[in-house]
Amino acid sequence: MKTLKTEYLIIGNSAAGVACIEGIRKVDKTGSIAVISDENIFNYSRPLISYFLAGKVKKRAMPFRDKKFYSRNNVKLVLGNTAEKLDTKKRIAYLSHGEKVVFNKLLIATGGSPIIPEIKGSRLDGVFAFTKFGDAVAIKDYIKKHYIKHAVVIGGGLIGLKAVEALIELGIKVSIVELADRILSTTFDTKASGIIQDALRKAGCNIFTKNTVAEILSKGEDKKVTSVTLKTRKQVPADLVITAIGVSPNIQLVKNTSISINRGILVDEAMQTNVKDIYAAGDVCEKNIPIWPNAFKQGRIAGENMASGNAEYTGSIAMNSVELCGIPTISIGKTSLEQDKYEILEMRKKEESIYKKIVLENNHIVGCIFVGDIERAGIYTGLIINRVDISNIKDKLLEEDFGVLALPEKYRKHLVGDVGLEV
Amino acid sequence: MKRIRIDEKYCMGCRLCEVHCIVQHSKTKNILKTYMGEYPKPAPRILVEEKGYITFALQCRHCEDAPCLDACMTGAMYRDKETGAVLCNEDKCVGCWMCIMVCPFGVISRSSDKKIASKCDLCMGEDIPVCVKNCPNEALKYEDSKD
Ligand SMILES: Cc1cc2nc3c(=O)[nH]c(=O)nc-3n(C[C@H](O)[C@H](O)[C@H](O)COP(=O)(O)OP(=O)(O)OC[C@H]3O[C@@H](n4cnc5c(N)ncnc54)[C@H](O)[C@@H]3O)c2cc1C
Repeated sequence: MKTLKTEYLIIGNSAAGVACIEGIRKVDKTGSIAVISDENIFNYSRPLISYFLAGKVKKRAMPFRDKKFYSRNNVKLVLGNTAEKLDTKKRIAYLSHGEKVVFNKLLIATGGSPIIPEIKGSRLDGVFAFTKFGDAVAIKDYIKKHYIKHAVVIGGGLIGLKAVEALIELGIKVSIVELADRILSTTFDTKASGIIQDALRKAGCNIFTKNTVAEILSKGEDKKVTSVTLKTRKQVPADLVITAIGVSPNIQLVKNTSISINRGILVDEAMQTNVKDIYAAGDVCEKNIPIWPNAFKQGRIAGENMASGNAEYTGSIAMNSVELCGIPTISIGKTSLEQDKYEILEMRKKEESIYKKIVLENNHIVGCIFVGDIERAGIYTGLIINRVDISNIKDKLLEEDFGVLALPEKYRKHLVGDVGLEV
Repeated sequence: MKRIRIDEKYCMGCRLCEVHCIVQHSKTKNILKTYMGEYPKPAPRILVEEKGYITFALQCRHCEDAPCLDACMTGAMYRDKETGAVLCNEDKCVGCWMCIMVCPFGVISRSSDKKIASKCDLCMGEDIPVCVKNCPNEALKYEDSKD
């Protein structure tokens, strides 16, 4: 059995894994680093797979770090190999190709896997998940080969809608099936969901809410999907089905080890697990909001700490930016709460599909939605993260020219403290 | 690194910085041709804010701990090794607006012609950024900072 010895081992080569390399190298310029990935592509940005499917981004533009990144940082990259077993006492990871890797410090950045719905017919040809580059390639090939005209997307969340967007771009008629009473129900409120639903319908989409797919069907002996039956018995034509009902943390590797898990891996503020020198970051973690910036930041912090740095992860809020049917949208924090406890500020310009909403709790912003006009949205993110009291600027928050000048002086000073601004 | 220092006291709100920023990032870099011939005109990468008598011009702070770098999912946003500036590689940017979502200064905007993010690049290649060079009252200065 081949043995590889390394100071740092990183399992997973996506947002958290790559950020970890950068974190380690910030502190330790020379310690050996090995990265294991079960995928065969040296690096790619997962959120770009919908752009790739739509033909807007070519394969060579998929990486978010170039090929030289690994050699520049003196990293041994092992591709197409799964870490299958972990010995946390001896500090050894066993790989699927038979090698073993002996490490001093470990980061588990194995991300999440799509949840495949338990539906009759979900193994038919033409039924795909949509989280990996390989999925996008397979879907693209399938569409080309079978002249796909009708698609059904199961799940109206972020990933489902990104798939929808790409399929519309390819001229395919799409039906969305969503369990909740509206699409994007976890990040949007009713009005924002409504604006996007209207736009999608205008673009030719069917949207079935409060519904699910009961069965995926093919014709006779043929293995190719031809339609789906909804819970309401309605028959919808589909020669392609994409499932996007959620992802769950990839914890297979750490099951039956001493590492504490629940749904995901439990970590402290340093991103360390209960086992010393073993860290976890990104979508594989418990209580993590599975978005790119979080995975990246956590990976970087874990890396610094693995190299004896002293970084702390102070938590994160849900946020998302997605452009659908040409309408840019951003949602941050708590957005869909109608109880009395919260004060709501709103602005709506119907003709332009512009909608803005700010959710306040005790004079602090806890959430925002921007549809159609997202300029300067980050200022509000800053106000949320830094828990700024906005009592004195409440009436200005939704003004057209709201900006840094309107911010409370103390916060402005804090914000620009060491970045060369006198206010 | 060298940063643009903003001194609100001296800003008169004349917006010359904005004009020169637009021209600098235009195709022709000529004020007449930019304003008369280019459509859409490049978006300024400097924002002039006004509130009563107070005005000031704000552009990317090239933060030491830059949230846009963590948030960028394409790797388009990067820190220039030599100058320390936070720059956007326009060939890589797809306009997902994650950077707009996280910038606490709100100084990244959507480009006026392409679906890419537009931000201050400290006028790479120039000795002094044009907004600083053309500020008549030294409200903008280009100075070395601690880091
Ligand atoms: C289609 C799509 C669109 C998205 N769009 C956005 C967006 O617009 N904005 C946003 O913020 N987020 C978006 N996300 C979410 C974002 O991509 C994730 O939050 C992020 O990729 C998480 O990074 P990670 O490093 O934790 O894990 P992952 O990206 O899941 O990477 C984990 C890696 O580890 C590998 N791996 C797993 N187990 C093993 C093993 N045992 N051995 C070896 N390798 C292993 C996996 O194959 C994978 O390569 C999107 C996701 C998808 C799927």
